[in-house]
Amino acid sequence: MCGIVGLFLKDKSLEPELGRYLAAMLEVMTDRGPDSAGFAVYGDGRIGLTKITVRLPKGADATVLTDKVGDALATGISAAVRGSHVVLQVPEDRVEEALAAIATVEPGAAVTSVGNAMEVYKEVGLPADVAVAFGLPQMRGTHGIGHTRMATESAVTTDGAHPYSTGPDQCLVHNGSLSNHNLVRRRLIREGIDFRTENDTEVAAGFLSWRLREGDQLGDALEASLKELDGFFTFVVGTETGFGVLRDPIACKPAVMAETDRYVAFGSEYKALTVLPGIETARIFEPEPATVYFWDRAA
Amino acid sequence: MTDTLSMETVDLAAVSLRDLNAGLHAMKGRSGHVRVLNPRGAHSLAAGLDADLTVEVDGDVGYYCAGMNKRARVLVRGSAGPGLAENMMSGLVHVTGDASQAAGATGCGGLLVVDGNTSARCGISMKGIDIVVKGSIGPMSAFMAQAGSLVVFGDTGDALGDSIYEAKLFVRGTPKSLGADCVEKPMEDHHRAALFALLEKAGAAHAVDVGSFRRYGSARTLYHFHVDNASAY
Repeated sequence: MCGIVGLFLKDKSLEPELGRYLAAMLEVMTDRGPDSAGFAVYGDGRIGLTKITVRLPKGADATVLTDKVGDALATGISAAVRGSHVVLQVPEDRVEEALAAIATVEPGAAVTSVGNAMEVYKEVGLPADVAVAFGLPQMRGTHGIGHTRMATESAVTTDGAHPYSTGPDQCLVHNGSLSNHNLVRRRLIREGIDFRTENDTEVAAGFLSWRLREGDQLGDALEASLKELDGFFTFVVGTETGFGVLRDPIACKPAVMAETDRYVAFGSEYKALTVLPGIETARIFEPEPATVYFWDRAA
Repeated sequence: MTDTLSMETVDLAAVSLRDLNAGLHAMKGRSGHVRVLNPRGAHSLAAGLDADLTVEVDGDVGYYCAGMNKRARVLVRGSAGPGLAENMMSGLVHVTGDASQAAGATGCGGLLVVDGNTSARCGISMKGIDIVVKGSIGPMSAFMAQAGSLVVFGDTGDALGDSIYEAKLFVRGTPKSLGADCVEKPMEDHHRAALFALLEKAGAAHAVDVGSFRRYGSARTLYHFHVDNASAY
């Protein structure tokens, strides 16, 4: 099963409420995914700095990691600890050095996202508990996507939780199951894409990363995934300035959207949208199969 | 619940869905009139009814509303999620808004009326239900439809009536494409009369001109295995 939610704000006055709405939407989707939950929030970026969100292994000390990465870069870096994750802000031209330092200092750590605006958090457990553990209801931002997972293709682990990052400020959540993920994974490994898990969604994310690396725009990369990925999927992808939606040609997995003057919202079920303001008068529709949709701040 | 025709109101903000459905199931063999408030997308609302009941729902409902319905009349003033009136046996289900995927799927009898649009797979594998949609319907509708009528005032998505058996499809707008073995058929007087009678049952007899509909059905070329089609499997 799995549940997906997404919220893209048009009205700036709602930005302080983004986390609160996203958390409420996620909690409604518990029925569809009680195993783990995760979300990406696009908040204020700082010019010249890149956010690296790191999931720390049990017992690791965020302060130690921050100090040692700072030492390695010979610069002071700011860090915000949220639950088991820490967000490091490093100079944007020194991201590779910082990532290398993180891997050396704390080999058990997992980088969940890199980006100017995006922070990705994920953990096993009930969606409401995961949201509270990371303080999601208090987060502000311009847009966000979230996922509740009912595991089918791989184990219930934090690595198997969504969203998966596909590149700087880009992430993917998935409802469905891919049937050719082993084949595509082997191909992508030959292309130099790294995988951490046996999870099918990570393959979809890796596929998009590969297409983007080869020069595709995100829309083209999504179109290409229609040809190459076999199985059931509704994807929601987050980008620095917006989010996109794609369903497989059979559209097996549900998707419902709501649009008002103030926001565009996505839910696996209408229920998830009922927590939003003005939903009673929103334009409600279902995305067509095999059609790429985008809502973009820059457009 | 009462066993008379007096109206009872159930507010789902205060009563659990399970209690509501259990109460409705307990009405089996009796008659009644129930109004439901604050459904807020709840799943399986008024599913499995088997009674001379009228259930009015004020608001939007989730999956499988009025599924397996027998005899009851269910009115939803709002929109419905996937699987509306799935496997209905008899009775009437009427939604004033839109319906999601698989509305009326596998229905064996009764009448489903949707005032708005439906999304994909409307009437998939229908087995005798009549469906009237006053808006448009999504792709892959009436897939393997066996019996009953599907009437659409607007357009249809891709692959209408793919692998259809003997269901009758009447479309006033344009099918985006027809599925395998689904073809347009001549619309004769007795078809128009049957369509008018169905629209009358749906309370829409004079809303549209039956002469403006086109009829689609099975070319019956897929009924039996044909060796020339072997490569298609």
